[in-house]
Amino acid sequence: MVELISILIIYGVLLGSLTGAAILIWFERRLLGIWQDRLGPNRVGPLGIGLALADVIKLFAKEDWIPPFADRLMFVLAPMAVMIAMLMGFAILPYAPGIHVADLNIGLLFFLGMTSLAVYSVLLGGLSSNNKYALLGGLRAAAQMVSYEVFMGLSLMGVVMLTGSFSLVEIVNYQQEHTWFIIPQFVGFVVFMIAGIAESHRLPFDLPEAEHELVAGFHTEYSGMKFGMFMVGEYLGVILISAIIAVIFFGGWLGPDFLPPIIWFAIKTFIFICFFILLRAAIPRPRYDQLMSFGWKYMLPLTLINLLATGAIVLWLQA
Amino acid sequence: MSAIAEQVGKIEVAQKLAKEFPQVSFSRQQTIDEIPTFWVDRAHLVDVISYLKRDYEMLFDLCGTDERLRNHRAGMPAGDFTVIYHLMSFSLLTDVRIKTALNEDDLNLPSIYQIYPNANWYERETWDMFGIVFSNHPNLYRILLPPTWKGHALRKDHPARATEMAPFSLDDARQDKEQEALRFKPEEWGLSRKTENTEFMFLNLGPNHPSVHGVFRIVLQLDGEVIVDAVPEIGYHHRGAEKMGERQSWHTYIPYTDRIDYLGGVMNNLPYVMAVEKFAGIEVPDRARVIRIMLAEFFRISSHLVFYGTFAQDVGQLSPVFYMFSDREKLFRIIEAVTGGRMHPAWFRIGGVAQDLPDGWEQMVRDYLDWMPSRLKHYDKMTMRNSILKQRTQGIGICTQQEALDWGITGPNLRATGIDFDMRRDRPYGGYDQFDFEVPVYQKGDCYDRARVRVDELHQSLHIIEQCLNNMPAGPYKADHPQTTPPPKERTMYDIETLIHHFLNVSWGPVIPAGECSVTIEATKGNNMYYLTSDGGTSSYRTRIRTPSFPHLQQIPLLSRGLLIPDLIAILASIDFVMADVDR
Repeated sequence: MVELISILIIYGVLLGSLTGAAILIWFERRLLGIWQDRLGPNRVGPLGIGLALADVIKLFAKEDWIPPFADRLMFVLAPMAVMIAMLMGFAILPYAPGIHVADLNIGLLFFLGMTSLAVYSVLLGGLSSNNKYALLGGLRAAAQMVSYEVFMGLSLMGVVMLTGSFSLVEIVNYQQEHTWFIIPQFVGFVVFMIAGIAESHRLPFDLPEAEHELVAGFHTEYSGMKFGMFMVGEYLGVILISAIIAVIFFGGWLGPDFLPPIIWFAIKTFIFICFFILLRAAIPRPRYDQLMSFGWKYMLPLTLINLLATGAIVLWLQA
Repeated sequence: MSAIAEQVGKIEVAQKLAKEFPQVSFSRQQTIDEIPTFWVDRAHLVDVISYLKRDYEMLFDLCGTDERLRNHRAGMPAGDFTVIYHLMSFSLLTDVRIKTALNEDDLNLPSIYQIYPNANWYERETWDMFGIVFSNHPNLYRILLPPTWKGHALRKDHPARATEMAPFSLDDARQDKEQEALRFKPEEWGLSRKTENTEFMFLNLGPNHPSVHGVFRIVLQLDGEVIVDAVPEIGYHHRGAEKMGERQSWHTYIPYTDRIDYLGGVMNNLPYVMAVEKFAGIEVPDRARVIRIMLAEFFRISSHLVFYGTFAQDVGQLSPVFYMFSDREKLFRIIEAVTGGRMHPAWFRIGGVAQDLPDGWEQMVRDYLDWMPSRLKHYDKMTMRNSILKQRTQGIGICTQQEALDWGITGPNLRATGIDFDMRRDRPYGGYDQFDFEVPVYQKGDCYDRARVRVDELHQSLHIIEQCLNNMPAGPYKADHPQTTPPPKERTMYDIETLIHHFLNVSWGPVIPAGECSVTIEATKGNNMYYLTSDGGTSSYRTRIRTPSFPHLQQIPLLSRGLLIPDLIAILASIDFVMADVDR
């Protein structure tokens, strides 16, 4: 019985996250449409939601084409890597008390590891395409994601210090006893938020694809479902980062009793997804070197100060 | 004031030239536009032009003409081809035209690219179109036509219509040849493939790229992402607009002018119809003048709104372009009500405009004037004051005043460098002297200032439209002149004279007296000039269209060297060009 439930949860998470990513493609376009004084896709099905399905069918039905000049093996592996890495990330999310795929005692490290693996996907996709725009995109991606990885990890360490655990379930439980981490770890939240956008390379940090500069960046040569996997990987990344923000800084499933915990979790995640989309509608894209110097000159010192201060407070409280 | 300066300038240049070059005989040609026009022989050309550069800072235009079929040649020396240099002075506010005659069997003359750097592309164009060789030119390749083209398109013996040529076919061999011709060979442009330490990457940006605004190719020599050098390639949008001018009647050419700067709409009609009116000596009624100015300013707003939106978009801000396009849509509703068209109304006529303003136009215009200022304020906050946008564009792509003059930069891009010159105010045409408006000028000449000039101009254009609205004169919307208006239809039924005139005017079109005339206006993107030559026929003998975007693109390598690809995109966005305006 217990096994059956856990299998149901696993498939539920898998299907849920993939469906969520597909619907997000429609949802983002709709939401952007509203913010940009236009309609967005509204023809297929009620409110145009059938578009998600139509897009999936289109991508599956397209010719599966590999450019003759590309490195075949890497070209095929790259899009899979991002999807697998992102889906693995969903395994450690606590959706509600008792509802999770795995409660690893190194949950947070596992999440950071998986998002790091996604870098390979972008980098290999860029390099194996053997296209100049893809190459530039891949190089940018490598530099950008590797640097922002640093702050992303460090910004969470304050939370880990206070909780004394890497387990996401523990982190939520700690927040139930004390307060949401958004208050004691506000700096950590800001840094993680920015690093998270850079990590999922969404506008304003979409330099690896930067359509106005590099056509489509690292995935210029991709089409059909391989392109689709990059796309789904990106949206999975958006959902995952939003969910992690909700779990770590906003108490995950916690909330007043009139709604079940999983709904609270969904609402919080949804708000951050909308924020991601709003950013895309609002902000211009900095230049590549500006982004890097912003990271190393402001984000890194800020994170380190946050880490030191948190450590000092923890020690002081213990003493 | 400026009229006096103009008179003085005209007298002076002839005296000065005679004094400086006593051994040279300058034969002066009378033109309808009264721009001093001198014939200089090939041997003295370079000396005369480098002397004139002291007063005339800018090479405004350089073009050729095939004179072999011309009948009315009074005051012109013998010669089969003519090369025309149009110089412009910002201090004297006058122009001067230098012409050199060439014989068919000896078509070459010295290049002046060392005096005026922007002569480079103009000379390539003249070679491309007429086969005139400019000796010591660094890379005299075809510029508008494909490298595989046979013949020189603007020569009178080159076919003008597809039906005059053999049917086009593209077999595999020819396709391979055409494709090979498009391959970029760095050696041709004096670019090395590597240095001791690095191997350069050559990146084809375009002809299909999201940020080149049309079909435009820039080949970048890259060291990492740093631009070492750039070679712009144009001509993909060439439609032979100048050649078409030689076969369309004076009237039926108007719709073609719409499509030169396709964001400028009727603004393109204006210099053309004004030039024809000068030929025929037509006085345009006041109402028509004010209507023209109002419509031209509406199109300036429309064009600048497209600029504003795409400028923000090219630095990665996705939303403003949608807001600005919906404002532009509102504007098009007025244009539609007035002209019946949207982007290409072809609505100006020789002697006036096509129709009177519709009932209720005042309210539509007033609503727009009430609506726009608050929107512009909103956009200013959203884009121009955005710190990321500032970081991306301030100090990027700086063009100094001297560079701007050397490279033939005009319009808002010129004013962004601190040169306070606007055709509408300083050399008014078409009635602009009756209007009160300011000319925004900024000093730095970077991408941000180029955008700021245009943003401020939006306000000024609204101000001009408001004056048009409040002071619209009554009266006819078209001159009552035999060249422009057919005789009243009722009378054609009673006397044969009227009938014949009506018939000829409609079937042949008007016959315009022989001569040469140019009109320059402040178009949306810079100064636009139509230089028409009439041989006393029903169509123009030679139509030269000087567009602002052509020299602006030529300057791109200078602006972008040493910067990154994203900076180049910001520069392209800030220059505000339209490929149709470049290639014609």
